[in-house]
Amino acid sequence: MNLEQLQLDRVQALLAQAGQSLPESAGKTDVAFIQSLLDALCELSSRDPLTGLLNRRHFMLSLEREIDRVARAGEPALLLMVDIDHFKGINDTHGHVVGDAAIRAVARVLGDCVRPMDTVARYGGEEFALIFPNCPPAFARVVAERIRQSVEATPVELPGGQVLRLTVSCGGAFAPAWIRSHALAWIERADAQMYLAKAAGRNRVNLEEQPESTVSAEEKRFLFEWKPEPGDMMGAEPST
Amino acid sequence: MSDPTNTKTPAGTGAVPTFAKGKVVAITSGKGGVGKTFVSANLAAALTRRGLKVLVLDADLGLANLDVVLNLYPKITLHDVFSGKAALDDAIIKAPGGFSVILAGSGLVEYSRLTAEVREDFLKLMATIVPRYDVVLLDTGAGISDVVLFAISLASEILMVATPEPTSLTDAYATIKVLAAQQQRQQIRLVVNQAVRPGDGRNITNQLQQVLNRFLGAPADAATGGKVIRLVHMGDIPSDQSVKDAVMRRQLLLTHAPGSPAALAVAQIAGRLQDTVISPEDRS
Repeated sequence: MNLEQLQLDRVQALLAQAGQSLPESAGKTDVAFIQSLLDALCELSSRDPLTGLLNRRHFMLSLEREIDRVARAGEPALLLMVDIDHFKGINDTHGHVVGDAAIRAVARVLGDCVRPMDTVARYGGEEFALIFPNCPPAFARVVAERIRQSVEATPVELPGGQVLRLTVSCGGAFAPAWIRSHALAWIERADAQMYLAKAAGRNRVNLEEQPESTVSAEEKRFLFEWKPEPGDMMGAEPST
Repeated sequence: MSDPTNTKTPAGTGAVPTFAKGKVVAITSGKGGVGKTFVSANLAAALTRRGLKVLVLDADLGLANLDVVLNLYPKITLHDVFSGKAALDDAIIKAPGGFSVILAGSGLVEYSRLTAEVREDFLKLMATIVPRYDVVLLDTGAGISDVVLFAISLASEILMVATPEPTSLTDAYATIKVLAAQQQRQQIRLVVNQAVRPGDGRNITNQLQQVLNRFLGAPADAATGGKVIRLVHMGDIPSDQSVKDAVMRRQLLLTHAPGSPAALAVAQIAGRLQDTVISPEDRS
């Protein structure tokens, strides 16, 4: 294959516009060079251009993968939808440039609030979607509250010295453990909680109730260490 | 489960649904990977061999779905029926063991929890199909997510599959507690899969029962109405290489190795299920 025949200038322009440089071809085989181009384009196609976060396409892939993991391992995983409050008002009052700045500011805060293993994506408009693998219900509220408070505590400075104060409404739902759930159903559940947070006055966190059953240390001790006395078998029916 | 539109079988009222003629048995487990779908399929085959008309409703929640396990085709699901793309009879698939299978389809049960219309469709379907069979085995997912609890709430009897390993027992115990409290179940049947020693299952059942008596048994405990849930040991399925071979070949164990210890154990459990749940009146 002759690389001259490929229209690499278009790829170069696309990558340059996204702030990425064309991979070096020197010292690489043609296949390795094309692979590095493909990698760069894949990376580009998974990012939201405004915020640099993962875009909705990549988010859906991550969500499907997380559902597979939860189905296999039974670990609790949280999907959190985060929506900027009164965003239309910001756009109407200050214009779309300020609206974009607000979205970027929230995106930065979200990125700072999560663990490396978590997924932060721009779901659309002023809505963000975050996937927290291995997130027990007890931690979920702490994490979501930290996000809400961090956004509230981070004013956006506008050109001209004006300061914009932002808040977000967060809604979260857990993937059902041990089950191959449905991505859209999971999003619907988290979204429903987000709208409840909006309806309750915004700038708050709403998490879907989880059926929980904890087994105390004492119960475990009796399950595994304690031996019933002979003749102390009442209750369980003999299998005759 | 506090949704007021969930009228027919609300999990919180203790109402156990009854459908004319057939019995509905939910096959569930505290955690995944304990052989729940294996038990469902082979129990269905064993019950069919005993002359019963058997349907397995695969709620399509778990890891190994029945259509994959048994290589079923065509894969018309309840999705297609509810959306008007197929008739109910087209969605009833004949499985190798001679029993019938209905595949719920991806996400359907989850939606039925979310959406009153789908839930109604589901309940109507149960009312339609249950009278046509002697027994409907409901292969639910594992665990205590609301989706699984909804599926279990459709059944009059619960068969829980557990293995002797500690995590399986802990999760089984946690699930039994929820079923006692939320669905006011008074009896759960236990099958111990991958049993290592003879007597494993009976010891495990006794152990679980004792802990339930101790921690749920106080008369003042309003969650269970003062009643202790009763475990009924239905039998053990011994750890057996022929089970792995059958699963690899996507065959029923009862077809692949009918004389194997595990197959004989499944047949025995089927007999007990028939005698105690499906047609106890024939026995008396």
